[in-house]
Amino acid sequence: MVPLSNSRRWTLAGVLATLWLALAAATQAAVLPEDRLDVLYHSFDGGGVTIDGPSILVRKDFASTVSVSANYYVDMISSASIDVEVSGASRYTEERTEYSVGVDYLRDRTLMSLSYTNSTENDFEADTYGISVSQEFFGAMTTLTMGFSQGDNVIKRRNDDNFERESRGRRYSVGISQVLTKNWMASIGIESVIDEGYLQNPYRFVRFINPANPAEYSLEEENYPDTRNSDALAIRSIYYLPYRAALRGEYRNYSDNWGVQGENFELRYIHPVGQSWVFEAKARLYDQTQADFYQDIFQFAGEKTLRARDKELSTYTTTSLGIGISYQIRSSYLSVFDKSTINLFWDFMQFDYDNFRDARESLNGDVPAGQESMYNFDANVIRFFISFWY
Amino acid sequence: MKRVIRPLLLLATAAVFNTGCSSIEPWVKPYERQRLSDPIMALEAHPASTKYINHVYEAREAARGAEGSGGGGCGCN
Repeated sequence: MVPLSNSRRWTLAGVLATLWLALAAATQAAVLPEDRLDVLYHSFDGGGVTIDGPSILVRKDFASTVSVSANYYVDMISSASIDVEVSGASRYTEERTEYSVGVDYLRDRTLMSLSYTNSTENDFEADTYGISVSQEFFGAMTTLTMGFSQGDNVIKRRNDDNFERESRGRRYSVGISQVLTKNWMASIGIESVIDEGYLQNPYRFVRFINPANPAEYSLEEENYPDTRNSDALAIRSIYYLPYRAALRGEYRNYSDNWGVQGENFELRYIHPVGQSWVFEAKARLYDQTQADFYQDIFQFAGEKTLRARDKELSTYTTTSLGIGISYQIRSSYLSVFDKSTINLFWDFMQFDYDNFRDARESLNGDVPAGQESMYNFDANVIRFFISFWY
Repeated sequence: MKRVIRPLLLLATAAVFNTGCSSIEPWVKPYERQRLSDPIMALEAHPASTKYINHVYEAREAARGAEGSGGGGCGCN
């Protein structure tokens, strides 16, 4: 446990408690989330990995006081990623199923929420409980939200019945959204995450120079610290342009005690056409620095006690461009619903690694180990969904 | 230093909000929020879709937190 994060957490808790006591004015009640059904197909295709499946999210309120929600989500995975190839394994398939339920209770201007999520794979089981409180004040111009969640995970390894590890993650968050003008809104959110336990991927390895043949590499297991504390701060803002369209911006800054520092920028332009169509365009940039114990290749086995070659812990940049189209179906066709839309979003993502080499090149003997070109790959992400309001 | 900063921060926060509640009026009235209530002005307009794309980012990038949703395994090997 890193004292700095705990200290920040208690400072945060103190400020929040003070804020809570200081709130005296409120002129308008909060509202529950909309009653809505979303039926979504999702797909990620890139880097030798295909993940797709459905997601169904339904929400219904009762007596305008309680709103319940449920989500069924599936990832169907087929993977022959670079990590799988380098480890010598062959393409594998598996499925992840996730069930979530939530309840929101509205009292005056306060919204209280509870949630539970279960995620199951053949080698990973996760249970997450969450609670949050949201309060409107200052003439409903300001909304303060605080949340806490805890996730307990059991990690297994395929073809190894004796392998079972556990980890626990806790998240503390606080956010404020603010109406700034009659055309402009912004929000700021802070979240601290504390993970403990087995935090590495049981299928990934580090590589080191083969002492018998320095042009080749050998593999050994990764070894991560058993705690990870991180802080993220995000600012989001949306502005109504002089004509009917909106511009949305986002910035997030991230750091953790593994030495990873990251930030992402996103800009979206939302443009409706007539009463039925909404078009959206998006650009997003993410970059991060490596973890302190990351290294693409080690000189010999056991060179470092803490070691990783997970490409998600290297230094790299992700660039995304996306477009989206929503069409509101005429109510005469689906009169049982207040409103129905059909939506398609496509994101093109490019991953460019600065210090993660394409080790497949030296597997073939084309170049010596440690001198391969840097790895990169592209991915297409599709979201196709139908939404119904009632 | 932290021992000094923390109480000051709490005090300042309380002062600002107590003062704010008594002398600053909300400057955007409910009848001036027609544009803000337009569906195109939702910071996140599609909850299932947003939850999914945040999961993609979280599985492929080391950064996590302050994004709104996520969790579970990642199918990212």
